[in-house]
Amino acid sequence: MTRGEAEPETGPVQVRGTVLTVRRVDAYHAMTVVAPGIAARFRPGQFVTLAVGGPATSMLTRRAFSIHDVRPDHGGTVEFVFAATGAGTRWLAERRARDVLDITGPLGRPFPVPRDPVSCLLVGGGYGSAPLFSLANRLRDRRCSVDFLLGASTGDRVFGALTARRTGRTATITTEDGSLGARGVVTDMLGQVIHEARTDVIYACGPMPMLRQVTSLARRYDIPVQVAVEELMACGVGVCMTCVLPVTGTDGITRMVRSCVDGPVFRGEQVRWDDVGTIPFDAFGAPGWEPRPRRAAGVAQPERASTSGD
Amino acid sequence: MATDLRGRLGQAELPNPILTASGCAGAGRELAQFFDVSKIGAIVTKSVLLAPRAGRPTPRMAETPSGMLNSIGLQGPGIEAFLQRDLPWLLSRGARTVVSIAGGTVDEFAELAGRLSDAAGVTAIEVNISCPNVEHRGQVFACYPGAAAAVIDAVRGRTRYEIPVFAKLSPDVTDIAEIARACVSAGADGLSLINTLLGMAIDVDMMRPVLAGTTGGLSGPAIRPVAVRCIWQVREALPDVPIIGMGGVRTGRDALELILAGASLVSVGTTIFHDPSACIRIVRELEEELTQRGIERLSDAVGLAHEPRGAARRKLTGNVL
Repeated sequence: MTRGEAEPETGPVQVRGTVLTVRRVDAYHAMTVVAPGIAARFRPGQFVTLAVGGPATSMLTRRAFSIHDVRPDHGGTVEFVFAATGAGTRWLAERRARDVLDITGPLGRPFPVPRDPVSCLLVGGGYGSAPLFSLANRLRDRRCSVDFLLGASTGDRVFGALTARRTGRTATITTEDGSLGARGVVTDMLGQVIHEARTDVIYACGPMPMLRQVTSLARRYDIPVQVAVEELMACGVGVCMTCVLPVTGTDGITRMVRSCVDGPVFRGEQVRWDDVGTIPFDAFGAPGWEPRPRRAAGVAQPERASTSGD
Repeated sequence: MATDLRGRLGQAELPNPILTASGCAGAGRELAQFFDVSKIGAIVTKSVLLAPRAGRPTPRMAETPSGMLNSIGLQGPGIEAFLQRDLPWLLSRGARTVVSIAGGTVDEFAELAGRLSDAAGVTAIEVNISCPNVEHRGQVFACYPGAAAAVIDAVRGRTRYEIPVFAKLSPDVTDIAEIARACVSAGADGLSLINTLLGMAIDVDMMRPVLAGTTGGLSGPAIRPVAVRCIWQVREALPDVPIIGMGGVRTGRDALELILAGASLVSVGTTIFHDPSACIRIVRELEEELTQRGIERLSDAVGLAHEPRGAARRKLTGNVL
């Protein structure tokens, strides 16, 4: 089911948004765009897509970025963070205030939040930490405690270290070169942080290998983990079918689901990390796959994961 | 006076000639968040197969200059789920639906046509014959006149008489007019031109193919000149056969180019990924383009570029000035 069908008021909108600011944040760029409709509908974990390259662009696929923050000024603004690594993101980094962009959002399933005030650990890799700060605000509104564990290759690639230290109950930073915080990767510190913070729920966002590791450690400690995945996508709205990954539904059936509309947030243990980039032999519709007698007419969406992270 | 954009698809009248292209709009549901799906000519569904299919591994997509390569592998839930869930939804929204079907054998195509003939809400069937024939060493139906004709013959035989059958042809052939003739002789009521071109990209840093499936279908504005050429050639060979044109249409002006080459309807594909509301925008733009040229009826523009140069000019100056 698309979100638009179940909850029309939260469906995405496509607007022409005016750029308010583009600023450098260490190794990244943060762009704020005036987009009231998107800001009003936003929930943490959702993302936007942008057309890049101008009206006659040769770059056809939209670029997807998780939303870092929304603010009420100018009727509603949306901020996202990106690394200028390719032609599309370099074009985006060259935009200036008052430029107009084709922006669509909010897209995807947001992070589910716990009903009870529990201890939450937010794990981010690189600028994957961007969506965690609005999530932290929402969790604190629910009287949850928030601890951060952020990491990257170098200090200037840890996005939001300062905010994490200022707003988190604790903030642990790791860098591979040791230029900020502890030397190593986030998963080196995960066990220790879980013990000290008495973590009840983990939220993680960052590169796929990190998410896989975090999920595996969370399972060892028997802590539920919600991950926001990063998959290559072309449209972001569920029609192109490029961003699929194998996810096991609550019915026990693995399906190739779209990370744009069925995600980007999944329960970590439902993602078949070892099989990402493949079609598992037992996946719904895989070669040689046979429908089980009792559900001959399966439907290619997973059952919704529990809406609570606790 | 308002330009008459109406088009025909068999017995159905379409409010305008802009359709989605198969595989770029799902079954319309996602795009309904951005525009009213009943306001465009028709929704052409993602190709439906008999059984559920998981598709190919990722990466499935590579962006190329003014285009993209895809290797999705026809992922979908199968005809049963389509008939239970998607087709009734499209009907409830007042959309006209062209159902694209795909299969690995002639019998699979025929069975799909039979199932659809029993269902309500099918405006036309588009037969995606750019599939490997599993009974014949994986040869693509669309590349062999005999194989293409066998599929169309079987589909036409199982389809209710009032539902038109369109054969979607591949541009990866030596003589597209020959394949077109074979399909029409086998009973095709119309032709859809063109499917993607087979392409490939290699990641020069990894020094390996970008797509998990190695090769993929090239689409987007990069292939529009190929689409124009194919539509032109088929229109020359079979001037009375309706053509749904598709291939890199991004604006109303692009749609007009395909119409002038001979398409009476135009599908918009890859551009939807770039702009989810593209179809409805292109309807508006096409109307403006026709009005600017003094063309009162869309049907007057179909194949117009085939007329001798003087004839076309006379027609235009008479109305524009």
